[in-house]
Amino acid sequence: MATRGLETPQPGWLDERLGLSSIRKVIEHKAVPLHSATMWYYFGGITLFLFVIQVLTGILLLLYYRPTTSEAFESVQFIMTRVKFGWLIRSVHSWSANLMILSAFIHMFSVVFLHAYRRPREMTWFSGIGLLALAMAFGFSGYLLPWNTISYFATKVGTDMAASVPVLGPHLARFLRGGEDVGGATLTRFFGFHVAVLPGITTLLMLLHLGLVQRFGISSPPKLEGKPIAQMPFFPNFFLRELMAWYAALAMLGTLGALFPWELGEKADPFASAPAGIRPEWYFLAPFYTLKLLPSHIWVLEGELVGLVGFGLLAVFWASLPLWAANRNGLLRARWATGAGILLLAYYSTFSILGYWR
Amino acid sequence: MRLLLLLVTFSLAAMAAKDTCVECHNALGGDLQAPVQAFAVDVHKRAGFSCADCHGGDRNSEDYEVSMSKARGYQGKIARAEVPKLCGRCHSDANLIHKFKPQQRVDQLAQYVTSIHGKRLAAGDTAVANCVDCHSVHDIRDVKDPQAPVYPGRVVQTCARCHADRAHMAKYKLPTNQFEEYRSSVHWDALSKRNDLSAPTCASCHGNHGATPPQVSSVAAVCGTCHALQQDLYNSSPHKAAFDAMGAAGCVACHSNHAVRRPSEALLAGDKALCSQCHDADSVGGKTAAAMHRQIQSLADSLARSNEVVTRARRAGMEVSEAIVKLADGQERLVKARVAVHNFREDAVALPVKEGLTIASEAHRAGQEALAERDFRRVGLGVSLACILLTLAGLWLAIGWLESGSSRGSQTTGGDP
Repeated sequence: MATRGLETPQPGWLDERLGLSSIRKVIEHKAVPLHSATMWYYFGGITLFLFVIQVLTGILLLLYYRPTTSEAFESVQFIMTRVKFGWLIRSVHSWSANLMILSAFIHMFSVVFLHAYRRPREMTWFSGIGLLALAMAFGFSGYLLPWNTISYFATKVGTDMAASVPVLGPHLARFLRGGEDVGGATLTRFFGFHVAVLPGITTLLMLLHLGLVQRFGISSPPKLEGKPIAQMPFFPNFFLRELMAWYAALAMLGTLGALFPWELGEKADPFASAPAGIRPEWYFLAPFYTLKLLPSHIWVLEGELVGLVGFGLLAVFWASLPLWAANRNGLLRARWATGAGILLLAYYSTFSILGYWR
Repeated sequence: MRLLLLLVTFSLAAMAAKDTCVECHNALGGDLQAPVQAFAVDVHKRAGFSCADCHGGDRNSEDYEVSMSKARGYQGKIARAEVPKLCGRCHSDANLIHKFKPQQRVDQLAQYVTSIHGKRLAAGDTAVANCVDCHSVHDIRDVKDPQAPVYPGRVVQTCARCHADRAHMAKYKLPTNQFEEYRSSVHWDALSKRNDLSAPTCASCHGNHGATPPQVSSVAAVCGTCHALQQDLYNSSPHKAAFDAMGAAGCVACHSNHAVRRPSEALLAGDKALCSQCHDADSVGGKTAAAMHRQIQSLADSLARSNEVVTRARRAGMEVSEAIVKLADGQERLVKARVAVHNFREDAVALPVKEGLTIASEAHRAGQEALAERDFRRVGLGVSLACILLTLAGLWLAIGWLESGSSRGSQTTGGDP
């Protein structure tokens, strides 16, 4: 059915030079399947919107932030108290980081439960998992940058865990810290990862992810495969709805930033003892709490080592979902994937809540 | 030959480790067993000493008539009058003691004989305290052991065992309320509630081995070991000469001795004022006390008001760490002003009060600015949310307009994998 509003204008000066009409044709032909689970399609776009917010606020923070142990805390304090709307920029940066990871998790589980990872979209899934891992790496590296007590000790615990990985662990920890312990070299490295290395890789992977989405279109659930299915034009119908979701996310960010400004805490003191009840960001709570529950030794191996190896295997298993959720003939094993998704979601949410309260 | 040598070596080693005192008394039970059981935790046992080192005798002989014979130096129960000398035999020997603890003092006996306890013991009064009354007899623990009766957290109760005992103190005509009074003091609060082991106990003021009641003339010196600044200010105050002339003990005259309460401005003026007990309100002293009270009270009130504003801003999530640091500085000036009272001069109090009031005013302004900023943020949030809601409503209407006459602008195709 035709929709109002989009009338084809005459080719203009820019169109002649940039070939905009071909892009326009692609957008005009792009459609989104309409069914009971269409709302979950919005979370990919929301994650992208929050990433853009991250980039913009991050650039503004860079104008004042100084990545040295003697100036990092003070520069963030300066941003929070002296720079006009600096408090808003920093709070929005911190809140949108958390909301972006939450949105990415929702997007990932919606892809699992709608089985959108299936052939031919395996590479889209792999690139998406890579982007989620990068988002968590952004969170881990950015957490240290204010150089406050909690971030300092959380990084110490995190890099200690990396050190217990067999063979490569000590080298990895030394590479991350830039020395034997968390210090000025760690801060400089984490800053470098956070503002240069990770954004570069993320941009490339995101372009690949979006290109693949464009290449293969938006997937319909398997139960609707082959059946007549209503489609909504991507532009402007779906895009305007996505825009509404972005505005809602913006309203949420503004509310959180204004009513619950991100705390700065106290400046890190490497010679002080670790404060009680130290814990990582919420998205690392489930593995953190699991490692806490493990006994010091399991058989002849260290409990922490067993836990880390277990998490590594679980990550590989989860990332390879499109490979084992289809049989040799390429037919979907939908129940396997749904069951694994439910189990992982139940584990992650339960252990995150337990890790927060205990 | 080698085998014989080995056998002799093993036999000698076995003999050296043997302690027939412990073996026999352990088998006896009752009162005769109790000392051996108590000795299991004794610090001397851990250092390798045995019963025979104090009581004499031969710990290697299994025949009690031999091991407990006078010929082998057996003394049996040590007489109370002899206990300090017996302990001093080792504890005054630097060469011996420093083998076990290089930093350990060896003047305990020398101090004890100068103490009131030691002097009375020398005069034949065996009811006074000697080493074992405080340190225990067979289960002596290191002073750092929390179970030791002389551990800082327990030494007050140890002294009170005798000094709070009316029957025991009757013949010395000493009061027995010191323990009760001490338990109402700020020092006891620090020791028992904050577990501050550096808080003063009986031994901190009276000494331990050389326990002697401080004289009126030396009370300020005793208090001044911890409260040095107050002592200096008092010594240069007009009260020093006056109290000395009256024979009044400086600190104790206002703060009491065992029942030292938390001091406040209320001691200077008002219903509970101590100054008014000697100084009329119209006298120079009375006016000085009232002025010091007024100044300190004004600083305390100002800091409390600033703290209230800053706390409200902090609870609203505002970044006020600089104002909190300022308040801590202001609190420090308040403490300095309270300490300066011991100089009993208005101008000594005025300086820290003036500095404190300036700091309190700056913190108050920072708190108010933070609260104003909070209000601005909330108004800004309200306006932004209203704009966003209007935009959302506009988008909703635009979508409705676009799709009027169609169902979500939908077209039907076959489902895509």
